[in-house]
Amino acid sequence: MSDADQTAATGTTGAPLAAGAPLAVGAPLAAVSPSATAPVASGAGKRKVYSGGRRWEFLYFAVRNKKLVIGLSVEIIFVLAAIIGPFVAPYPPKQFVAPAFLHPSWSHLLGTSYFGQDVFSLLLDSLRESYLVGFLGAAFAGIIGLAIGFIAGWRGGWLDEVLQTFTYIVVMIPSLVLLIVIGAYLKSHSAFFEGVFIGVTTWPWVARAVRAQTFTLRQRDFVDLARLSGKRGPSIVLKDIAPNMASYILLAFILLFGSSMLIAVNYDFLGLGPTSGVSLGDMLNLAELWSGLQLHLWWWFIPPGAVMTLMVAALLVANVGLDEVFNPKLRET
Amino acid sequence: MTRYFARKIGLYLLAFWAGVTIDWAIPRLMPGNPIAAYVSRFSLNSQGPWTALYQLFNKAFGYNLPIWDQYWHYWDNLFHGNLGISLYAFPEKVTTLIAQAAPYTLALLVPAITLSYVLGNRVGAMAARRKALDNTVLPLGYLFQAMPYAWLALAAAFYLAQIERWFPVQGGSAAGVAAGFTWVYIWGLVSHWFLPFLTVFLVSFGGWSIGMRNLVIYELETDYARYLRALGAPSRLVRRYAYRNAVLPQLSGLALALGTVIGGNIVTEVVFQYPGLGHLIYTAATDQDYSLLQGIFIFIIVGVLVANFVIDIVYILIDPRTRLSMQGAAA
Repeated sequence: MSDADQTAATGTTGAPLAAGAPLAVGAPLAAVSPSATAPVASGAGKRKVYSGGRRWEFLYFAVRNKKLVIGLSVEIIFVLAAIIGPFVAPYPPKQFVAPAFLHPSWSHLLGTSYFGQDVFSLLLDSLRESYLVGFLGAAFAGIIGLAIGFIAGWRGGWLDEVLQTFTYIVVMIPSLVLLIVIGAYLKSHSAFFEGVFIGVTTWPWVARAVRAQTFTLRQRDFVDLARLSGKRGPSIVLKDIAPNMASYILLAFILLFGSSMLIAVNYDFLGLGPTSGVSLGDMLNLAELWSGLQLHLWWWFIPPGAVMTLMVAALLVANVGLDEVFNPKLRET
Repeated sequence: MTRYFARKIGLYLLAFWAGVTIDWAIPRLMPGNPIAAYVSRFSLNSQGPWTALYQLFNKAFGYNLPIWDQYWHYWDNLFHGNLGISLYAFPEKVTTLIAQAAPYTLALLVPAITLSYVLGNRVGAMAARRKALDNTVLPLGYLFQAMPYAWLALAAAFYLAQIERWFPVQGGSAAGVAAGFTWVYIWGLVSHWFLPFLTVFLVSFGGWSIGMRNLVIYELETDYARYLRALGAPSRLVRRYAYRNAVLPQLSGLALALGTVIGGNIVTEVVFQYPGLGHLIYTAATDQDYSLLQGIFIFIIVGVLVANFVIDIVYILIDPRTRLSMQGAAA
């Protein structure tokens, strides 16, 4: 963050942030931030050091983190578009409303498809399912990964061995190939199936990381104390160990969210996606099947991928920003 | 050493068993009946011939046997290298089709994976210490991470092959040219190979360089690196040590990523109509050629396992700790 932004941001400190003590002015910067390489600004009012309660600390740094703010804003715009899109779309998305192959124009912002559908309306309609599948995939992968990671890391011993072997086998089996084999037998499936399938095949890296962290955390004194006080294992894991990884879990969920959406595009592109729905990957699939490439209908297949890239890139940028917020070592302030 | 390898090989055998069992179980667990689906292709009108044909095929494919017998037969056939007969290319054997397609996939993936890994590591390590490189490689790497691969491949095929016409759009070799050691044929192979190779390479390259950059930055902050610097060691030496340490987690990462890369290859080959295994499995799925589908699935799993084994050996070679502990010296 540049000094100008800093001043502007601190000048408009809102009510929730002011809950802590008044911001100290001109305190030595190195005391709070290890990034000694940052130029130390002189002069009162230019640099302010946060000294409020821990509760507001993350929020204080969150609203001042450009990456987080930009990434989150872009993402919120797309989520809003996904929610209200179908209501404000200029044309009914699945109907053939115009002649085919129309170039983008004011009446058809992104032209029309091979079938004469309005591509812009299709795009607005497709966002919803991509988000839904991404969320389902991330939720399932997160839950399975956390459960297996916690159990393996907490219990250790033979159970850990078994779970690690299981994780390893899941990693070894290429999920896309598996889905193709399953998809050949299933005549139809839902967005829910796709989300669950993505979750069931992408949890291993979460489980590995959570297991490793649980392993180190369980040797800490506070865990011993909890154990001495007679708390039971599951309660220690959930109430004493998990909160220590809360930031990691949030970051992992965001990454899973992005990767699930990307995986879904690949599945949908191969025609393995939900039978009924319309998603960004389905648009690519149809464009490929109906020679969108050869007919140079770029407005049919370039926008869906570009939108997806923006959606995931915004998540990644927000993720880097959040990392800086949670990890004082990375803060640039 | 024997213990380490025994453990690893046990793990591979277990994974192989799991893969084969899944492959065997899918047609039997899934709703719908592959034999019925196959018989209905003959579009018979009356019930009599339908049942007769159904029973014939049921017997021919061994679906009338008790379930455990079916399982043993499956393994028995597998060990005799018999993966069945393809339906879509009847009466071609599944193994023949795989043998025709596999060279294309190997020629695509082996260079793409190794080159992107080696170059990605180098560039990532450089980016960790050069601000200018960091500011270009990192955003680009993230951008490639955020792109849906199918779209990147489509866009590349559209722009470089359709608009600019630098490369042929589809297929694996030039049409109408006889196979052989002629320049025209080999040039056809290379020019068809380049675009699919490039897209796989770019996507993996971005991932490896970001990972390496982060790992090297982490290593340069560790005690041994600080100590070396405090001793006045040239920064080249410090960086080399950091690199050698950072490359180990990257290699484990490569082993973990293999399944995804090999699976993702299906998308590549479908976009470019490249006649490798990915394209073959896609055709098998759309044509409901179940024996071909299952055959390729097993072949791909064996491929992933073999590649993992190679990575394990490389890991032993470059990690002095495992190497020493295997020679009996104290680690």
